[in-house]
Amino acid sequence: MNPSTPGLPVHHQLPEFTQTHVHQVGDAIQPSHPLSSPSPPAPNPSQHQGPAQNQMQVPSEYGLPPQNYIVPSGHYSQGPGKMTSLPLDSQSGDYYSGLYTVPTQNVATPNTASQQAGAQQMYGRAPPAPHAVGSTPGSFQGASSSASHLQTSASQPYSSFVNHYNSPATHSASSSVASQGFPSTCGHYALSTVSNAAYPSISYPSLPAGDPYGPQMFTSQNAPAVRPIRDNSFSGQNTAVSHPSPLPPPPSRQYHQQQSLSGYSTFSWSAPGLPSTQDNLIRNHTSLATASNPTNTVADSLSCSVMQNVQPKSSPVVSTVVSGASSTRMPPAANRPVEPVASVTQPSELLQQKGMQYGEYVNNQASSAPTPLSSTSDDEEEEEEDEEAGVDSSSTTSSASPMPNSYDALEGGSYPDVLSSSASSPAPDPAPDPVPAPAPAAPQPSKMPKPFGYGYPTLQPGYQNATAPLNSGGPSSSPVYSGFQQYAQQYPGMNQLSSSLGGLSLQSSSQPESLRPVNLTQERNILPMTPVWAPVPNLNLDLKKLNCSPDSFRCTLTNIPQTQALLNKAKLPLGLLLHPFRDLTQLPVITSNTIVRCRSCRTYINPFVSFIDQRRWKCNLCYRVNDVPEEFMYNPLTRSYGEPHKRPEVQNSTVEFIASSDYMLRPPQPAVYLFVLDVSHNAVEAGYLTVLCQSLLENLDKLPGDSRTRIGFMTFDSTIHFYNLQEGLSQPQMLIVSDIDDVFLPTPDSLLVNLYESKELIKDLLNALPNMFTNTRETHSALGPALQAAFKLMSPTGGRVSVFQTQLPSLGAGLLQSREDPNQRSSTKVVQHLGPATDFYKKLALDCSGQQTAVDLFLLSSQYSDLASLACMSKYSAGCIYYYPSFHYTHNPSQAEKLQKDLKRYLTRKIGFEAVMRIRCTKGLSMHTFHGNFFVRSTDLLSLANINPDAGFAVQLSIEESLTDTSLVCFQTALLYTSSKGERRIRVHTLCLPVGSSLADVYAGVDVQAAVCLLANMAVDRSISSSLSDARDALVNAVVDSLSAYGSTVSNLQHSGLIAPSSLKLFPLYVLALLKQKAFRTGTSTRLDDRVYAMCQIKCQPLVHLMKMIHPNLYRIDRLTDEGAIHVNDRVVPQPPLQKLSAEKLTREGAFLMDCGSIFYIWIGKSCDNNFIEDVLGYPDFASIPQKMTHLPELDTLSSERARSFITWLRDSRPLSPVLHVVKDESPAKTEFFQHLIEDRTEAALSYYEFLLHVQQQICK
Amino acid sequence: MEAVVFIFSLLDCCALIFLSVYFIITLSDLECDYINARSCCSKLNKWVAPELVGHTLVTVLMLISLHWFIFLLNLPVATWNIYRYIMVPSGNMGVFDPTEIHNRGQLKSHMKEAMIKLGFHLLCFFMYLYSMILALIND
Repeated sequence: MNPSTPGLPVHHQLPEFTQTHVHQVGDAIQPSHPLSSPSPPAPNPSQHQGPAQNQMQVPSEYGLPPQNYIVPSGHYSQGPGKMTSLPLDSQSGDYYSGLYTVPTQNVATPNTASQQAGAQQMYGRAPPAPHAVGSTPGSFQGASSSASHLQTSASQPYSSFVNHYNSPATHSASSSVASQGFPSTCGHYALSTVSNAAYPSISYPSLPAGDPYGPQMFTSQNAPAVRPIRDNSFSGQNTAVSHPSPLPPPPSRQYHQQQSLSGYSTFSWSAPGLPSTQDNLIRNHTSLATASNPTNTVADSLSCSVMQNVQPKSSPVVSTVVSGASSTRMPPAANRPVEPVASVTQPSELLQQKGMQYGEYVNNQASSAPTPLSSTSDDEEEEEEDEEAGVDSSSTTSSASPMPNSYDALEGGSYPDVLSSSASSPAPDPAPDPVPAPAPAAPQPSKMPKPFGYGYPTLQPGYQNATAPLNSGGPSSSPVYSGFQQYAQQYPGMNQLSSSLGGLSLQSSSQPESLRPVNLTQERNILPMTPVWAPVPNLNLDLKKLNCSPDSFRCTLTNIPQTQALLNKAKLPLGLLLHPFRDLTQLPVITSNTIVRCRSCRTYINPFVSFIDQRRWKCNLCYRVNDVPEEFMYNPLTRSYGEPHKRPEVQNSTVEFIASSDYMLRPPQPAVYLFVLDVSHNAVEAGYLTVLCQSLLENLDKLPGDSRTRIGFMTFDSTIHFYNLQEGLSQPQMLIVSDIDDVFLPTPDSLLVNLYESKELIKDLLNALPNMFTNTRETHSALGPALQAAFKLMSPTGGRVSVFQTQLPSLGAGLLQSREDPNQRSSTKVVQHLGPATDFYKKLALDCSGQQTAVDLFLLSSQYSDLASLACMSKYSAGCIYYYPSFHYTHNPSQAEKLQKDLKRYLTRKIGFEAVMRIRCTKGLSMHTFHGNFFVRSTDLLSLANINPDAGFAVQLSIEESLTDTSLVCFQTALLYTSSKGERRIRVHTLCLPVGSSLADVYAGVDVQAAVCLLANMAVDRSISSSLSDARDALVNAVVDSLSAYGSTVSNLQHSGLIAPSSLKLFPLYVLALLKQKAFRTGTSTRLDDRVYAMCQIKCQPLVHLMKMIHPNLYRIDRLTDEGAIHVNDRVVPQPPLQKLSAEKLTREGAFLMDCGSIFYIWIGKSCDNNFIEDVLGYPDFASIPQKMTHLPELDTLSSERARSFITWLRDSRPLSPVLHVVKDESPAKTEFFQHLIEDRTEAALSYYEFLLHVQQQICK
Repeated sequence: MEAVVFIFSLLDCCALIFLSVYFIITLSDLECDYINARSCCSKLNKWVAPELVGHTLVTVLMLISLHWFIFLLNLPVATWNIYRYIMVPSGNMGVFDPTEIHNRGQLKSHMKEAMIKLGFHLLCFFMYLYSMILALIND
């Protein structure tokens, strides 16, 4: 204890622990306790487990979630032989389902996939009914391949999905037929067709695409090939909308179908309440049957016949969908009611269209690869895998690895589109069969080479396509489609729809919707009633389907300007927003000996490369021609040779590779977690230890990791305490190091212990910790030395350090002084001290980053703690930062609850170790600034010691060379990481965007949310490096410049008002919201730490969450109805319209919910209906509502149920649990609520209208 | 005496030239990804102060020896050096900060700066050489 007697260890017997003080004498450490003797580090067997072990475990990791996924059973059905083997009881699922889930999906026809996507959106949260999986297999056994399709679809709980069945079923049928009929002669052809069927399955079921892409389909007018499709879709939609039951399949057919179905009646259960589902299923069967009839005919004929069959059926399906779909949309898509339908219908149409398209234009990949093969291949692959017990490493496996996290459900709910790109991708398959009717004869073989020959540049840019004449004029109402041509006729319907789709399609008219001038000063309700969706890049349909989901990858300009000069003229920021490690419900995982990459730029092969011939492919980033390796020629899914373009790598823009040892610098590290806890008086007073230990105890088994997982604890006040948890000890042993100037580890080997071997000791410790320091008088905090010790402890392995801190570090290295002057909090002039005070934490973070250690900071402090300095430890080590101002476990229960929920997420979410992320882009573009938490190791390489699913990144781009010779640019992020199971993996996202040559194109393609988020990131940098007022000026100037540039160049209208293109109409609003955000506001009292924390969040949050923070959503909740409600997990979630953030929308009679991302406010008006207060809040009248209310009681009333299900739904959509505050109209807390009404004037800031006038004034100057 | 001043300046200038070349080489190494940002910056930061001192010394020497033209020529560069050194934010690890060097084109501007300095020092080198010879002859 007494530092004056160094070298003499002192033993303290605490009730719970052996407490030992160790002082360092020279280098010798005096072991105070035999067990703690540092000298002979007995290698802990668990620590040294070989990678092999890890491998074994891998499957389980991915296997676990499968139960949630409907699909698994599906794949088996396809392989005729396989049917019997269906092991799919959920149990076997562990192993198989993990690996094979994806394939199953593959089996499902593309339609299903896409539809599923849609379905997921609607029902997203609900994990597909688990039981379905188990039961289905049995039913399938007898089923034909078509049955398999059905099955997959069937598994989906909701009837609305049924729609997909139609088209997929037909396709599958056709494909199967084709293959059977012409096995020898038309082998190739048949394969292709088969693949079509299969392919859709490749598209991942989770595809979020439904939402975002749905619109695209319509908008896709650009692509000539697409048009026919559109016609169909539109007609379908129209009919669906207008006439719910316009195209009932001929009665005879239905009857027939039903009979055929008899075997499958079991399916019906899957869609319990939905009679329509059954119908659909039946229809599918019928379609299949019909399709099979023509089977013998040549492929062309097949396609035709299929199409016919499909169409009539599809349309009815659509109709059903529509009713459900519009309502199901996650966020009510009032504006685009059509969209959902579109997405649903798409698949079938796509298939058909594809045939058409092929004749007309050449796609890179999609076109060249008829895509059909994939399905077959998948099936086969599965088969192989079955045989090989899935161990075959050489074969390519596309498996859907369900999210290990408990947040799967969330994904469904909050992120409607899991993999939009993948979902959309299925479409390509169909292409092979449907040789366009107009040019029916063209045999596939001849066409095949053609696509290959066409290189990237030759691709038609969306725009060119767009110009294609809109020929067919006839209204498309006729339910029966005899041939392709009829589709064309439906075109007019499309136009109408497209116009209603506002902003989605550029080409539908001479002036795209997104360019429609909007007079901002006159438009009173600028905010749409529904959430704003990401604009869809103006690509041709095939590329759209292949493209990456906007949730993972977004660009501020979806039409990349051709030159830097053009970009400068547009005055808009160009950059990418990434969410690379997002929780995905479906992800193709590829195991392959060779990962095919460009030899010069190392780009991973992706859907946007072009195959010059079967042996060579051309990189889409550097245009180098590469050889296709021998292994890649073989498609293990189909067991076919010579079709590299059908491999899953080339069919999905988001894939994950299992990396070989070439991608390791050392054996994959185990998961290592170290907790560094502040136990000074301040911390004990706040009581966070109780919450933390409780959460840890609950989640100890859920910590991601394998059998090598290690865990350790350190506490610190003015000294540093280590805990020896070595297996074999009877109780945890505490070692105290009081020499904080030269920290050392008392027993290097027993401080980080195997979680499973020492679990009992760990539990003992966690149970004892909260009470161990209750009487401490120590007020100092030696954070710096504790971190140094943590670094030493972690450096051999790397891992994650979680630091809990409650005050300013006051001792040892890295001590900080209070820099905040409370009188300056509301200063309008200068805000100082936004940057770090010392480079200690930055250096430490870089050291940690070098040793693959990330530091996560939990700051729970009621006073100023200089977050600006402390945050550096996380910023540069790729950690994350959590801040709980004025945390107290009893005085502030809502914060305590938030901490508890956040911890649950934090502890159990997926994690990747020793990661690096590289972002590549097409030659001519370059990245110059990165935003997020990481260390930029070289120009395009981000070093991420840890990666977590909640981390977002932003990149600024510049155009170095003119892009005039290319029509498309691509971006690729590759994230190489070690999974918690010790497996090295690479997650690759590829985004493809068109190049715009005119200013109008650029404005038409602005993604305003992405632009605002990028601007926010830039403004944070600016306020730290320069000053806050500079940053604010820059934000205002961004609006002024872009609008004036638009006014002077693109819009030739001379208005007196403030004119913005429709795509930018929300820009001023969002920028104003940013100016009133905590991070950038002035004049309102803002604590420095709050401000800095807001800045940290801006830097590292993904776009979806950041937008809520910038511009909260306001809903009126006292009149929730089921109109437009969606169904999630058997719950009805009402979808009230968005209100603009202005007090004018608040009425005293109402109750409003504001969703600010991390906080929910429920504002209760003074004369709010007593029924509502009683039914929802559980109090008789307004006066009796308490001032602090953070929960809605569970009352058994309809309105309470609605309100709660809506709030739960919102809550589930984000990783960190928001706190709920009920704010009474007259309570003092209402100022916080009113701060978020950003359209209103405050004493320190302009109202929205004033801001517009200000902007206008600036423009006129 | 004058000759001594210029001989010293010449030597100092040589050192500065070498230093500039070293900066350029190290930065281009970083550009090409041969070394990582951390080691690059710690290498360079070590030499920022010596460069500053070396150059300020010559400048002051010129002032003392009343070579107004050369002094005025050196003044802007010396001022820039000092300004840059003083203006490093408290949280940064020196003029070259590994966490920022890849952002906002900093690498390029550092490179440009090193190039300009190299040119400037070369110019000075010949001026000192000329002046030195002149001084030696005059002696």
